[in-house]
Amino acid sequence: MTVMAVETEGLEVRLGRHVALEGIGFRLPENGFLAILGPNGAGKSTLIKVLLGLQTPHAGSVRVFGHPAGRGPTREVGYIPQIKTLDRQFPALPLELVVSGIRGSWPWRIRREEREQAMEALTIAGMDRKLGTPLGQLSGGELQRVYLARSFVRRPRLLLLDEPATGMDALGEADMYRLLEGYRSHHKATIIMITHDWDVARHHSSHVLLLNRRQIGFGEAQEVLVGEALRQAYGHVGHAHPMTVQDSSRD
Amino acid sequence: MIEMLQSGFMQRAFLAGVMVAYLAGFFGVFVVQRGLSFLGNGLAHAAFGGVALGILLDREPLWIAVPFTVAVSLGIVWLTERTRLGADTSIGIFFAVSMALGIIFLSQTERFTTDAFAYLFGSILAVRWSDIYAAGALVLLSVAVWRWWGHWAYATFDRELAQSDHVPCLRGDYLLAVSIAVTIVVSMKLVGITLIAAFLVIPAATARLLAVTFRAMTVISICIGVASVLLGLVFSWEYDLPSGPCVILTQAAVFTLAFAWKSLRSG
Ligand SMILES: Nc1ncnc2c1ncn2[C@@H]1O[C@H](COP(=O)(O)OP(=O)(O)O)[C@@H](O)[C@H]1O
Ligand SMILES: [Mg+2]
Repeated sequence: MTVMAVETEGLEVRLGRHVALEGIGFRLPENGFLAILGPNGAGKSTLIKVLLGLQTPHAGSVRVFGHPAGRGPTREVGYIPQIKTLDRQFPALPLELVVSGIRGSWPWRIRREEREQAMEALTIAGMDRKLGTPLGQLSGGELQRVYLARSFVRRPRLLLLDEPATGMDALGEADMYRLLEGYRSHHKATIIMITHDWDVARHHSSHVLLLNRRQIGFGEAQEVLVGEALRQAYGHVGHAHPMTVQDSSRD
Repeated sequence: MIEMLQSGFMQRAFLAGVMVAYLAGFFGVFVVQRGLSFLGNGLAHAAFGGVALGILLDREPLWIAVPFTVAVSLGIVWLTERTRLGADTSIGIFFAVSMALGIIFLSQTERFTTDAFAYLFGSILAVRWSDIYAAGALVLLSVAVWRWWGHWAYATFDRELAQSDHVPCLRGDYLLAVSIAVTIVVSMKLVGITLIAAFLVIPAATARLLAVTFRAMTVISICIGVASVLLGLVFSWEYDLPSGPCVILTQAAVFTLAFAWKSLRSG
């Protein structure tokens, strides 16, 4: 029997009086690569927070490797937040952010073995230069690499990424997918990623979840990313955008 | 100089000054980095309510102001957490209520002017041994909770990231608010209620200009805080001025120097 990395059923999340998610039910096997797609405000980030145990659902169940979300072993899940949420005023160096991933706390003094582990991960992520540059002065792509290193160093079984391609150039993006694929196959890890790029979903993911507050589709990319479902997800009631859907589903 | 160091009240002022400067420098980095300077202001005014109650009841104001201010700090975190009101709104409510109570308490007593002036603007003459014990206890406590520096820093950097690592962020918020509250109460005799928010903010803001890491910011903030208090107290003695403004102006001078140095280097 295949182990399920994530199982949800009848999931409903309310933020105040706003129903952010409802009727979410899917099963993602271990070592899967799930792309979450949907328009802005669809509840994608909210779903990630539910999987992390940061947001308690109003109804339904969520299990991550068989445990209730957020209750599994501490380092089992790695999380890469949206870069735009970074507080650029916080004084910090790349190495400290990576070591915070090892420790689960902000480091006062970095021990030698922590430094070695962190440097190894930074090298793999291609960020072994610019170590003296404060985080606030790094580009979006460079920050993303630091966060990748921070995740790899923890050896998580499940890696959650919120719009990781933001701020990356094409080369950096290709490099990131290569790193993610490498990590996934080497450690039998599961990856869940929010993206706006349908091609990325088609080429890299084993599964796709199409969301617009409700679950519109879950399955393999070819099954889910079809005209009607995309229209349901992205089209507004009364004035759909058929042109956008046709253009993007042609290639 | 010798005369200054031999005087008993000046010895007490220096002793209390070094300790409250350490506390303000240490907790100030979180105040600055989390944008909590309004919390500092609100708690200072809550402390005023506690002091006024102490004066009215003819008790040592410190022992009334500590529980009063701690209760207000807990109330602020609780109200912010439980409602959709922003922290500034919760602070504003508690701030006004404590001030209003303080003014009513003071209106009921005769000994308003002399005591209140010292508490509002700071006085080196006012420091008693009880203030030094209270500050010392808090210094010991801040060393005992040293591991919280890493939790607070992590949650300041990215709260959700810290929560996903099971850092108890809400407990951290309560502990931080209480620590800031007690720091404010033990600092008020030297610095004065009106200037305490600035006293918490300026050393940390100066350190922020100079530091690349949060650890360096913490160390520099403490050093600048302690140096400014020592210098400020000397000015207060020499020119017979209230100690609060002397300390704050010294901090501001250090900030200006750091700012000029930083501008020259990068420009
Ligand atoms: N704390 C909150 N209270 C109320 N509504 C919220 C809150 N946080 C997010 N929302 C709303 O929930 C919806 C889903 O947000 P989110 O999950 O961030 O969307 P996405 O990541 O898909 O763009 C949005 O409409 C957003 O405005
Ligand atoms: Mg989002």
